[in-house]
Amino acid sequence: RAMELPPGHFPAARAAALAVGYLRYLRGGPGCALQLRELRRARRQDIDDVGHKYYLELELEDVLDKDRTVSCTAEVLYHLGSKSSAPDVQLTVQGELRSTEEADKEFYNRIRSLEKELVAENIPDSHGNVPPELEPIHLLAWVASGYLIWQNSTENTNFHLAQVKHVKQVKRNDEDLQFDFVVLLHEMVSQELLPWEVTLLWHPQRGTRVAQS
Amino acid sequence: ANMKLILIFSALIGASLCLETFVGHQVLRIKTKNEEEVKQLQLLESLEHLQLDFWINPSAPALPVDVRIPAASVQSVKAFLESQGIQYSILIEDLQDVLDKERQDMIESAQRQRSSSSFDFGSYHTLEDINAELDHLASEYSFVEKIQIGESYEKRPLYVLKFSTGGSNRPAIWLDAGIHSREWVTQASALWIANKIASDYGTDEFVTSLLDKMDLFLLPVANPDGFVYTHTSNRMWRKTRSKIPGSVCVGVDPNRNWDAGFGGPGASNWPCSDSYHGPSANSEVEVKSVVDFIKNHGNFKAFLTLHSYSQLLMYPYGYKCTRPDDYAELESLGRAAASSIRSLYGTTFQVGTICNTIYQASGGSIDWSYDNGIKYSFAFELRDTGRYGFLLPANQILPAAKETWLGLKKIMEHVKN
Repeated sequence: RAMELPPGHFPAARAAALAVGYLRYLRGGPGCALQLRELRRARRQDIDDVGHKYYLELELEDVLDKDRTVSCTAEVLYHLGSKSSAPDVQLTVQGELRSTEEADKEFYNRIRSLEKELVAENIPDSHGNVPPELEPIHLLAWVASGYLIWQNSTENTNFHLAQVKHVKQVKRNDEDLQFDFVVLLHEMVSQELLPWEVTLLWHPQRGTRVAQS
Repeated sequence: ANMKLILIFSALIGASLCLETFVGHQVLRIKTKNEEEVKQLQLLESLEHLQLDFWINPSAPALPVDVRIPAASVQSVKAFLESQGIQYSILIEDLQDVLDKERQDMIESAQRQRSSSSFDFGSYHTLEDINAELDHLASEYSFVEKIQIGESYEKRPLYVLKFSTGGSNRPAIWLDAGIHSREWVTQASALWIANKIASDYGTDEFVTSLLDKMDLFLLPVANPDGFVYTHTSNRMWRKTRSKIPGSVCVGVDPNRNWDAGFGGPGASNWPCSDSYHGPSANSEVEVKSVVDFIKNHGNFKAFLTLHSYSQLLMYPYGYKCTRPDDYAELESLGRAAASSIRSLYGTTFQVGTICNTIYQASGGSIDWSYDNGIKYSFAFELRDTGRYGFLLPANQILPAAKETWLGLKKIMEHVKN
């Protein structure tokens, strides 16, 4: 009942981009981010009165250590008609992700000990540069963007984080780090660059929470 | 002690050669402990036939004495120092090695100097610098000519490099980059490719045989107004910079403006959209100039265009989702080209029609060229797949250009034959 899709064709590619965005939101952090290495297989099932469901087999790689890969199976359900409902995504990741406990703790302590709240712009810059000390911020922007991509995707969109226009740290009384981002998302089908405000809270043990403006 | 000295070293008079190299010469650092030892060394210094070259002369016990010793004398001098209990260490084991390395360093530095005072293909440049490099290539190679095929909306020249070793209107290949100005890796890659072709002619078998039969026309900055705008105002600008009557928004998507399914699905009729097709086909002078040039030439066999990002190698159609007549051949050639690309760094490109691979998009350039008789029409989307997107780090320019070149070569090879 599920139709086999060519992985190189755009319907499968869009569903994969959505799944990866969602995974980044779930599992990403300042020390770890995954990107799609290969879409191995894709199938689609049209479910009457419900929507379109994609079954995907993905191979992902750690952007900071390309030799590390994990496999992932994903089910993506785009709801029929409903514009306000985000797609449902179910993921199973096989394989171990590298532990980033040390790096996370170091980043957390570094930011907590800053006297002035961190502010930065244009990550990467026009030439693609990211200063090493801002790379964790870049990866956290990916986490926040993953949330936005998940919430806003349809079968007719394919979002990628194009650039962090602006980021501002907001010091908090509790133990979370807070970053207010303005991110530029590139939507490939329309080719538009869309600015989005998004706030991300992060803690080394408790993980991420996103609040969208 | 003095007599001993003279006896030992007089034997070496005959052995001292007039050396033209410093092979086997050693430099010793001698640490004298007292005045007596200093005097010994001063005596040594006086024996001219040894051809000892003191870099630091013996003067006082506290100061080291550095001396260059010709190969023939090395063992004897050491034997002498040891027999006198004078401490020394070897500063330089073989002076010629040091000199050779130094010479090599200087040559490399001079090369770097020469290449840094000319164009650095591994970084991003302004339009001025790119145009200067086009002039440089045209002046350096007799078969490379810079021609102007028109002007942009803001009156910037549209410069094309013509590669031609002779003949009259030979069958030709078209290659353009930067039609979407924010796709910086494409203009940068086009420059590297231009230099590669120019410098490979005469030495590389393929390039030589190609240019002996065909001409190549390369437009590295197809949208100069947009390109300047990405430098001065908005790095993410895609379109031209033309004023649109009745709108506050500026610019037309030049790859929705060609006369191929113009105004159909996959292009917007809203002027503020990044995929706005424009008021009419060829309304953009940047597009019209290329159309006119290619039509007037009349003998193009291939039309190749560079975009970024996504790592795709596509052929027609975009405006309709039906297969072109030459589907089988184009698919097969596309796969071969993608294979070549992958052979260098493992970068994978997906192959297919525009409509299947990325989206339905009307008014695109390779659809126009294909429908106008240019069978080998391909569009490349270069690195990466979204990690940096349009903001590809400069250190990826050369790898991107090199792998892309392999793909282009595969296609050109097929076209040539």
